[in-house]
Amino acid sequence: MHHFHFGAWEGTIVSSESLVEICLHGRGGQGAVTAANLLVAAALKDGNKGVQAFPFFGAERRGAPVRAFARVSDGEIHLRSEVYTPDIVIVLDESIMRVVDVLKGLKNGGKILINTRKKPDDFDFSKKFKVATVDATGIAIKHGILVGGMPVVNTPILGSVPRVLDKVTLQSIQGAIKNKWAGRLAEINVKATKDAYDSTEVNF
Amino acid sequence: MKRYDVVTTISYPKTGAMGKTGSWRVFKPIFDKAKCVKCLRCWIFCPEASIRREKDGTISIDYEYCKGCGICANECKVEAITMEREGGKK
Amino acid sequence: MTIMIDTGNYIAAKAAVMAKPDVVAAYPITPQTTLVEGIANYVGTGEFKGEYICVESEHSAMSACIGASAAGSRTFTGTSSHGLLLMHEMLHWAALARLPVVMCNINRVIGPGWNIWTDENDSISQRDTGWIQFYCSSNQEIFDTIIQAFRLAEHKNVSLPVMVSYNAFILSHTSMPVEIPKQQVIDDFLGKYEPLWKLDVDNPITFGNIIGPAGYYKVRRAMQDAQENAEKLIPQIAKEWKQKSGYYHGDLLELYKCDDAEYILLAMGAIGAESKVAIDEMQKKGVKIGLARVRTFRPFPKEEIVKLSRQADLIVIDRNISVGSEGALFSEVKAALYDKSDAKVYGFIAGLGGKDVPYYDVEIICKKAIDGKTKGYEWYGLEEA
Repeated sequence: MHHFHFGAWEGTIVSSESLVEICLHGRGGQGAVTAANLLVAAALKDGNKGVQAFPFFGAERRGAPVRAFARVSDGEIHLRSEVYTPDIVIVLDESIMRVVDVLKGLKNGGKILINTRKKPDDFDFSKKFKVATVDATGIAIKHGILVGGMPVVNTPILGSVPRVLDKVTLQSIQGAIKNKWAGRLAEINVKATKDAYDSTEVNF
Repeated sequence: MKRYDVVTTISYPKTGAMGKTGSWRVFKPIFDKAKCVKCLRCWIFCPEASIRREKDGTISIDYEYCKGCGICANECKVEAITMEREGGKK
Repeated sequence: MTIMIDTGNYIAAKAAVMAKPDVVAAYPITPQTTLVEGIANYVGTGEFKGEYICVESEHSAMSACIGASAAGSRTFTGTSSHGLLLMHEMLHWAALARLPVVMCNINRVIGPGWNIWTDENDSISQRDTGWIQFYCSSNQEIFDTIIQAFRLAEHKNVSLPVMVSYNAFILSHTSMPVEIPKQQVIDDFLGKYEPLWKLDVDNPITFGNIIGPAGYYKVRRAMQDAQENAEKLIPQIAKEWKQKSGYYHGDLLELYKCDDAEYILLAMGAIGAESKVAIDEMQKKGVKIGLARVRTFRPFPKEEIVKLSRQADLIVIDRNISVGSEGALFSEVKAALYDKSDAKVYGFIAGLGGKDVPYYDVEIICKKAIDGKTKGYEWYGLEEA
């Protein structure tokens, strides 16, 4: 738990052991909101009783930087406000990092999972934060997860989530995917999550 | 520009209030001047005012703000504007 | 019982369809759109077997619901913000006709300027239409309240339309897990709708004819009686729902950690849920404070609020403003206490235009009240805008 000053009144940022707040960064159309929803569906399956997933409240535009949020907890979640101090940041599109400060509010010792070909130590903030990297775009292309010829990274990158969040298992992520899609689509997405899980590199 | 002293929702014209929206593009309009018949349909229909009128009666495209919606290419009757995949994307 | 994890709107669509209305008439508006889209999807899957009427405006949506309800049908609709305002005339109409239409309203800001975020000015400005008004703070509560709303609206001692409001995006577009009972549980709970009156060719009547002053006066009084009946029935219906489904959601006020509280915070909707975190934090610091989340704005829970005031001073957060006066909940709370209590009441406006109200802001608001530094009511967080 850490404190901050807000006028004369010292407020407290709730960070009970059980509550994990996640912020996903992507571009409109990349499926950040879908990823958040699948993530919490998996978390619920894994026995986390309180889960929430929501978009940044506003109008989304294709291609514009967007955010989505998820909360995972052992008990009922009463919070209804935005996530300002995430425990985990997930970056679906590396190019976002040039225009958006994705580290904003990330808790000390927080984790950041990035879709990139680079390694964790290639990022200058890797000394301060726990960094995980995965080439989700490459994995999407390898498995033919494409829409209009463009690789779709939101499901592959979910395979890396259990590497940064021990409250969620790969099995449940795959279960949530199979719940949402059927047939070949489910199959290639499930394979992609396994690939992502195996190929995620971490500096912690 | 005239400014009004009242607290309500008045907006004043400004270039690029949303930032350089050109970074949103997946497809890019390419203009072929040789085919242009100067009808200016693209200029009329562009929802983002990203088509500039040039002195010779043709147009140019403001890539800093063009979002790549493709309306100009769709409206152009002589196919002087075509859409191409943005280069340099992974 | 199954657990469904979905957004407030899709949960509302599920509840509406499981209540088996005969008619749904709706017009889409952000952020209600996915609610009617959800119901339309159930038409496609065959799970919704009623009549789904696509109309050309919200005025028409409510008119169609009124017509259908007057013909003896169970009816449902949903809207938001400007859509609700366009219905205004027909809201009065439905209530005066004593038709048990159930409607979701997704609390959204009124323009101009264009703003799709949440505040409660849309539904608060409809408070005198005669509709019963609920304010929800979780997706489970949205589900339970919609089911109970049909039972309440259709009760012979009520027979009034019911509005179930919940916050734009904060609930309408946020996924949360919800326990969904079996269809049979809902069928048993709601029973068959028996209208108090209906347009029936076999028993001809005229409805809405000219009525003299004395007769109309009685119509208004009967509506007031119906609202007072609803006040007693809401907890009873909820108790029965709890026996059948396991969930309660029936208090006029939801009390949270009010034992020994010397201050009680009153808030509605999502701020009411967020405030629980603030209460937890303040109690950890030794502040004797509890929360009473106001679930029903009409009927207004006067007696319960008077009871609380015998125990504690009251702090009220309004996500609305009756321009020229003050926050609507603040006014109503003070009016309820008149001549019955000496408790202090502190009013705060917060979160208009969808401005986020995190729990630490709620803490600061409470601290200001407890320090006694406010007079009348105060606009919180205006300087940061």
